[in-house]
Amino acid sequence: MAPRPLPMALRRAGQGTRARTGPPRRPGTLAALLVAALCLGPLVPLLLRSGEGGLGAADAAALRFTLLQAALSAGLSVALAIPVARALARRRFPGRGALITLLGAPFLLPVLVAVMGLLALFGRNGLLNAALAALGLPPVSIYGLHGVVLAHLFLNLPLATRLLLQGWLDVPAERFRLAAALNAPVWALIERPMLARTVPGAFATIFALCLTSFSVALILGGGPAATTLELAIYQAIRFEADFPTAARLALLQYALCGAAALLALRLAPGAMGQGGPGRAVQRWDAKGRAADALWIALAALFLLLPLGLAGWRGLAGLPDLPPEAGPAALRSLGVALAASALTLLLALALALHGGRLAQLAGALPLAASSLVLGTGLLLILRPLTTPATLALPVTALLDALAALPFALRSLAPAIAEIESRHGRLADSLNLTGPSRLRRLTLPLARPALGFAGGLAAALSVGNLGVIALFAGEDQTTLPLLMARLMGAYRMDAAAGVGLLIAAMALLLFWILDRMGRADAAP
Amino acid sequence: MAVLGASFVRHAKDEPMKTAAALAALLAAPALAQEKPVLTVLTYDSLLSEWGPGPVIEQAFEADCACDLRLVAAGDGAALLAQLRLEGEGTEADVVLGLDSNLVAAARASGLFAPHAGTAPLDLPVAWSDDTFVPFDWGWFALVGRADGPAPTDFRALAASDASLVIQDPRSSTPGLGLVLWLHAAYGAEAPAIWEALSDNIVTVTPGWTEAYNLFLEGEADLVLSYTTSPAYHLLAENDATIRALPFAEGHYLQVEVAAKVASTDQPDLADRFLAALLTEPVQSAIPTTNWMYPAVTPATGLPEGFESLRPATTLYLPPEEAEAARAPAVEAWRTALSR
Repeated sequence: MAPRPLPMALRRAGQGTRARTGPPRRPGTLAALLVAALCLGPLVPLLLRSGEGGLGAADAAALRFTLLQAALSAGLSVALAIPVARALARRRFPGRGALITLLGAPFLLPVLVAVMGLLALFGRNGLLNAALAALGLPPVSIYGLHGVVLAHLFLNLPLATRLLLQGWLDVPAERFRLAAALNAPVWALIERPMLARTVPGAFATIFALCLTSFSVALILGGGPAATTLELAIYQAIRFEADFPTAARLALLQYALCGAAALLALRLAPGAMGQGGPGRAVQRWDAKGRAADALWIALAALFLLLPLGLAGWRGLAGLPDLPPEAGPAALRSLGVALAASALTLLLALALALHGGRLAQLAGALPLAASSLVLGTGLLLILRPLTTPATLALPVTALLDALAALPFALRSLAPAIAEIESRHGRLADSLNLTGPSRLRRLTLPLARPALGFAGGLAAALSVGNLGVIALFAGEDQTTLPLLMARLMGAYRMDAAAGVGLLIAAMALLLFWILDRMGRADAAP
Repeated sequence: MAVLGASFVRHAKDEPMKTAAALAALLAAPALAQEKPVLTVLTYDSLLSEWGPGPVIEQAFEADCACDLRLVAAGDGAALLAQLRLEGEGTEADVVLGLDSNLVAAARASGLFAPHAGTAPLDLPVAWSDDTFVPFDWGWFALVGRADGPAPTDFRALAASDASLVIQDPRSSTPGLGLVLWLHAAYGAEAPAIWEALSDNIVTVTPGWTEAYNLFLEGEADLVLSYTTSPAYHLLAENDATIRALPFAEGHYLQVEVAAKVASTDQPDLADRFLAALLTEPVQSAIPTTNWMYPAVTPATGLPEGFESLRPATTLYLPPEEAEAARAPAVEAWRTALSR
């Protein structure tokens, strides 16, 4: 139930009494401190346990590989996104809207499901190798650097395309018209300068995302030559119980991600925003129609084919679902709902606070990857209890933190808007504390809350991260079960579990997003 | 592993209240009362595979222990030790089944294992006397390939060829560790150079034996690191004579697989009885055709067809203390060579 707009007289009446109350800020301060403690606290045991030793040659190789794959993934994603985004920006065709919506899907798509789709296309028994064999050509392998980069390209090309497409749409239409009237080169005068502004931000954002790659490297890495720092942390703990090495790697990863996140935030403020660029730019240069069509077709094929294959194999694999899938699905659901609730609580508190402290706390999780925080927490908790007993709560907690920056980015503008429109009135009515929340903020912020909650739940359901560090057999979640099945090459069963994960992620997002929208109209 | 999860796993099988039980486990409800004592045995994945010895061991032991044997798979052999060190004294495991001779010294140094109550006389190809670790089977590592595939006769020839190979990570897998020590025993200071030459043959490195062998069977590689006895499985269980182990001129490295009682167990007597049961006739006679290894106690019926002919001419073997001294530098050399 949303409050109706109030009569003008009442609004004016409120203006004189500038309230000192405003929205409740103390929960935000508490939330900021909690987030800071969770993100920075694990540094203490990491520093204490890292010991004297330096990094071995293989650890240095993991650092090099992490940087190399992230640079290649980001570079290729952005480079290929340029022609695709340009084609999407200047062409109108049936299905354009659907394709642009689809470009948002990989953000919610569980990474393992994407990898499954790519294996069905590029794997040993995939379509590509079948075609190569039919032509009498030798098979290609998807394991190693190129496999990791290919998967990151699949996951990030859509994001890069959306970011650059936004750049095209932000160019005022008059400029294109003027350029056409003067017969001036559009590329040199408009597009190249625009790209020079937007490309660095897009590159930095994707580079930062790829630095924390864990599941892709876990499945497609294939050995010491293709190990990311995140994977090396996992191996140090699960293979060797070598805590000092894990701590050193985690500190290195923390510094790396922190620097990359800072760079990305500086170069691309609000780069991860939602908002669907719907319209096409009207253009007068008709050249390159065929090339544009080709780019759009290739991009759509590259995105849709693996998705379709993952879905198809998933359906075929449903009868092979192992008995563990049921309990694992319940655990994943519980973790996702807990993570989503916690994300909303923290994001709401931070958004109501709205100050510098809250912004800082909201960005902090970008620097702290879940395996780094997991390692720190493991070092703190291990003397107290068996890690497995806390696997699910810790996973929910870190999933909530990971989703916080994105949730805050959708919630903060909504809360700011509510406060700017109704804040003074609420102050004048002495509407403070919980009742202000109940009567003003929550009803009006409902759509944003639903979106953010759905996002957090969907991301959590598909995330394989810290659970791999903590879980014993009895804490297996769906992504962990899927990773194990893929590792054991039980691809049918894994594809079935993948379909279950994807369905749960999309359903959770859809339901929560809908719950937010239902009767939210004022 | 939580005791909660344990009770859940068992009850989910035979009760219709799956959902309720899972929710109870999720909400961390108190553990359900156990009627029989439970012995939790941590072991490697392939032991619990469809064709593995898990069911035989369970049947043989549960027949007269008046207990519930809970076999839990946790990756490959070397990862078992890491898991136990990760969990420390809080572990639910009473017995670990599937460490090997190369890990015995590290496992002893961890202080997490307790002495056993004595063993039956053993038929091992090497001298063995250990108060804590009980050998239950043994075998020689070998590269396994197809009859129509490449067949190099030593590691240098393999490195020079373009044959593709899947191996296991020596940090998580006992075969992976065995290969690293195999090269160390055969080539000493030259081993890192051999690894470097081999690195372009290695398609991928898997965490455990199961993953690697499945990749090989799926056709992802020409060769896989396994055992001289692996072809016997294909011959006897699948009537497939096209899988063969490659005899290598350097000789073959020997692995002795062991089990041990966890020091913090709350079931020390049951654990001792389990270790003793491992060496009894029903389990040992099933080892060759379920785990596809040589039994630690040769059964009265002898070994199945093919096992005698699979013995290599030369055996390479480092006793536990020597293996432990070589392990860390050899693994680091492996990682360094392969990370280039």
